[in-house]
Amino acid sequence: MSFVSYLVNGISLGSIYALIALGYTMVYGIAKMLNFAHGDIIMVGGYAAFITMATTWCPLWLAMVITVAVCTVLGVVIEKVAYRPLRSAPPLAVLITAIGVSYLLQNIALLTQTANPKTFTSIAAGAPPFMQVFDGKGVVFFRENPYKADGIKPVLTISMETFLAIVVSVAIMVLLTLFINKTKAGKAMRACSEDRGAAELMGINVNGTISLTFAIGSALAAVAAVLMCSAYPQITPYTGSMPGIKAFVAAVFGGIGSIPGAMIGGVLLGVIELLSKAYISSQLSDAVVFFVLIIVLVVRPTGIMGKKINEKV
Amino acid sequence: MKEQLNNSPEIIEGSPNMLEINELSIQFGGLRAVDGLNMTIKKHQLYGLIGPNGAGKTTVFNMLTGVYKPTSGYIILDGENITGKSPVEINKIGIARTFQNIRLFKGMSVLDNVKVGMQNSSKYTTIEGILRLPRYFKEEKQMTEKAIELLKVFELDGEKDALSQNLPYGKQRKLEIARALATNPKLLLLDEPAAGMNPNETAELMETIRFVRDEFDMTILLIEHDMKLVSGICEELTVLNFGQELAHGETSAVLNDPKVITAYLGE
Repeated sequence: MSFVSYLVNGISLGSIYALIALGYTMVYGIAKMLNFAHGDIIMVGGYAAFITMATTWCPLWLAMVITVAVCTVLGVVIEKVAYRPLRSAPPLAVLITAIGVSYLLQNIALLTQTANPKTFTSIAAGAPPFMQVFDGKGVVFFRENPYKADGIKPVLTISMETFLAIVVSVAIMVLLTLFINKTKAGKAMRACSEDRGAAELMGINVNGTISLTFAIGSALAAVAAVLMCSAYPQITPYTGSMPGIKAFVAAVFGGIGSIPGAMIGGVLLGVIELLSKAYISSQLSDAVVFFVLIIVLVVRPTGIMGKKINEKV
Repeated sequence: MKEQLNNSPEIIEGSPNMLEINELSIQFGGLRAVDGLNMTIKKHQLYGLIGPNGAGKTTVFNMLTGVYKPTSGYIILDGENITGKSPVEINKIGIARTFQNIRLFKGMSVLDNVKVGMQNSSKYTTIEGILRLPRYFKEEKQMTEKAIELLKVFELDGEKDALSQNLPYGKQRKLEIARALATNPKLLLLDEPAAGMNPNETAELMETIRFVRDEFDMTILLIEHDMKLVSGICEELTVLNFGQELAHGETSAVLNDPKVITAYLGE
């Protein structure tokens, strides 16, 4: 039973990584740049949710809407101010700028929110666990432990946060896939990622499409922020950097530029991380994750779902 | 650059010309790639732009579509001054092109390639697309129908769901023309449409180009090295050499001009 618990928690964590990885992979696919400030957008989302939820006048749904809006606007503004002027600059200049934006966001957070960790209230606070399995007594959904009085503990508990992370991520991925494949804006995004020059000559507004990509990626980061802070309820100005790097690993793992790749890569990474925490060493789990990345890149340099190799990095 | 373009006229109504190029020049560093080019293409005309390699033909295309901004001179499309406008604006006003080395969206289906070209003809917003409101379904359906109609013209409707990279070469060329037509242009630019084709395919291509001109009432400007194609379908020619016009006029006269023969074959 503990294996199942680790697996489910791994999938849950992996779903969050997948949401973040989607932002990396979409931006890479369309703007051909690595947006290393993406992780810090998660951090900003975490603080936005923390601040709005701490106020009394703001109901939970409105706090979520505000969080998503803040991140979306932030992503679009960063692209406009920092990356757009460098559209025809060498890739290295853009990369360095992205790292600069990342430090800028961290330091703004340090200045305004201080380095003291803030304790995040889970969006599912007070809700019963999603599922509890009892030895010989069956399964209970969406209820507190009915056998508590008898002193019986569940052998497997899946928390509401874990469940929410999976459900919300899957729903978003389905919507995103439909959006990319079935709408004209999605088609414009695919066209830009294949051949920006030709897309422009077919009347596609490339700048608008890139803005839209940053908006979607940042909105996904906001959702990931809320889910992650609910499961691991602590925010500091550096909260975003490790998940950001891991999601980047997930995107490379799945084949950067590929949307299904980011989803698969994210979930796999979460499962590997949780299982190695459980069975190898909790201190070495990050090392295991990065070691697996090295193996994957040696065996399959373009990642699991990667396309042709002749693309610049 | 704006000031240099100020001498260009505003809109000219009722002109019989689809395209007027006036003293068009572009300079890259010390190189004048195109120098004082004049060209007039009438509506419904099939016009050829020929010349030895490096003469500046593709540069002319890049200026017409807005990829390069001309250093001086102006371009009038159907009475509207398009000099210095962006590729997206120019595409909306009415110029579409194909490429010498085919540049389809390889990972997308044949149908989606054509639908990409129809971006600007549908009005639903991204929000409507995400929320899948009724207008999204209505307009997507209309676009699909229109795209399939267009594919039928090129006998590509049977392969509408195939990835464009899996089409044979000749069909990829046709699909590129279909994608360009989907943007609803007034002037179609074809960059070496016969490159890499055998004589049979070239003969078929000539039919296709003529057909497109008549069926869509299109004005076509093409760059080509294949003299059989040029003499077969072009009504008028301009010959470029080292960025300057060497000759222009009716096709047969130009092709028999000793200056042109010298430029191609040497003394």
